[in-house]
Amino acid sequence: MVDNSSKKSAFQYELLPIEFRSISFHKFGTCLIDKISLTIKSKGITIILGPNGAGKSILMRLLHGLDFPSSGRVLFRGKSTNDTIKSKQAMVFQNAILLRRTVMENLSFVANLQKARKTLQLRELLEEVGLGEKKYIQARQLSGGEKQRLSLARALVLQPELLLLDEPTASLDPYSVQMIETLLIKLRKKNTKIVFITHDLNQARRLAEDIIFIHKGKLEAFQPAQIFFENPDSEFVKAFIEGKLIF
Amino acid sequence: MQLISESFITAFYLLISGDPDLYEIIFLSIKVSLTSLLGSVIIGLPLGAFLAIHRFKFRSLLISILNAMMGMPPVVVGLIVYLYFSRAGPLGFLSLLYTPTAMIIAQMLLVIPIIVALSTQIIEDLHAEYQDLFCSLNVSTSKAVVAYLVDARISLLTVVLAGFGRAISEVGAVSIVGGNIDHLTRVMTTAIALETSKGNLSLALALGFVLLIIAVCVNLLAARAKYWAIDK
Repeated sequence: MVDNSSKKSAFQYELLPIEFRSISFHKFGTCLIDKISLTIKSKGITIILGPNGAGKSILMRLLHGLDFPSSGRVLFRGKSTNDTIKSKQAMVFQNAILLRRTVMENLSFVANLQKARKTLQLRELLEEVGLGEKKYIQARQLSGGEKQRLSLARALVLQPELLLLDEPTASLDPYSVQMIETLLIKLRKKNTKIVFITHDLNQARRLAEDIIFIHKGKLEAFQPAQIFFENPDSEFVKAFIEGKLIF
Repeated sequence: MQLISESFITAFYLLISGDPDLYEIIFLSIKVSLTSLLGSVIIGLPLGAFLAIHRFKFRSLLISILNAMMGMPPVVVGLIVYLYFSRAGPLGFLSLLYTPTAMIIAQMLLVIPIIVALSTQIIEDLHAEYQDLFCSLNVSTSKAVVAYLVDARISLLTVVLAGFGRAISEVGAVSIVGGNIDHLTRVMTTAIALETSKGNLSLALALGFVLLIIAVCVNLLAARAKYWAIDK
């Protein structure tokens, strides 16, 4: 991976702590996020868990400023989202959104936006995600796993301080999952804060430092991963971990 | 049937004979149509992109009007341009009536709604796909528009072809504002109309074949460009 430690040291964790201050989000008269308050202080990987329709993706969109809360605020080190704060973040979407261009052009489009990296570094990034041989292939011709790895590489072009991933490994083959996880672990070591949505409990056990569990738009738990898995204090969480149907 | 075969032979003969009058008409047709198409693309594509990505009051009404304008009768457009550029009209001082420029303007008024309406739909679909990514990356509107135009280039090429088809085949508007003046504003379509009115059906049909050949050649070129764009 391209060494950006020197750059990182200059603006390390400008976005931490991340505070959700009584966040609610309504759409079409339905409350999708209900007064969630929490403060993320950890520098590792925070995983958002919850059943389908719990509001995980919306919470991430609110965090990234793609949607705005109906009430409450999202604060980064005490400041509301603005262009500067947003420029220190990158998001990988559940369904990879790729430009109708080649693999390399997908990266260079982002690099040109902020003059973030040079072509040589982009090639190194592609090697890192196992797409070095496919740089001149149309992005839409890649497999699902390759598309998601390209999305991740593109997010990394901006050298984000906060990386948001919305189920990036859903329905991927084990090789792609392992490659993405390895990359995330490397990023964590390089001081990139990662917030990650997954349904895979084993993946959460492997990666998470702390876990946010939401159910029907409400915060059920926000705990260090070890406590979450070994001594959950919520019935919903217990049922979820045991694979029971929760309503 | 005999008339068609005769016409086809005449068309072939006209083309290989290098008749300067015919080639003058062909070149003027192509020049007027391509110029109006270029102007329409320069105005229409950015306007289409603007309508696709911006939400404002009366947007739907504007799109409905543009859609309706796609079917506007060319003679009505010709009449409007005629009224504006006639001596007594507000733009009469420009003395453009019965010139290729007036024909280009008339054709642009016919082609722009096609380019805008169709490109709006194409770019709107792409915008729905890219919106979250561009919002996430803080992509400026101008850069987003360029990205949409680049990424939708293959579909937009079809739109441009539709515009060219409208321009090259148009007769009503150009005959009103151009006047079908020999060696000045006579184009393929007005020449066909003239020969038909003179009862010279064989020559009219031959000119029609020539027009068809031009249209086919342009479409083949566009198809080649499409494959090139896809391969790239």
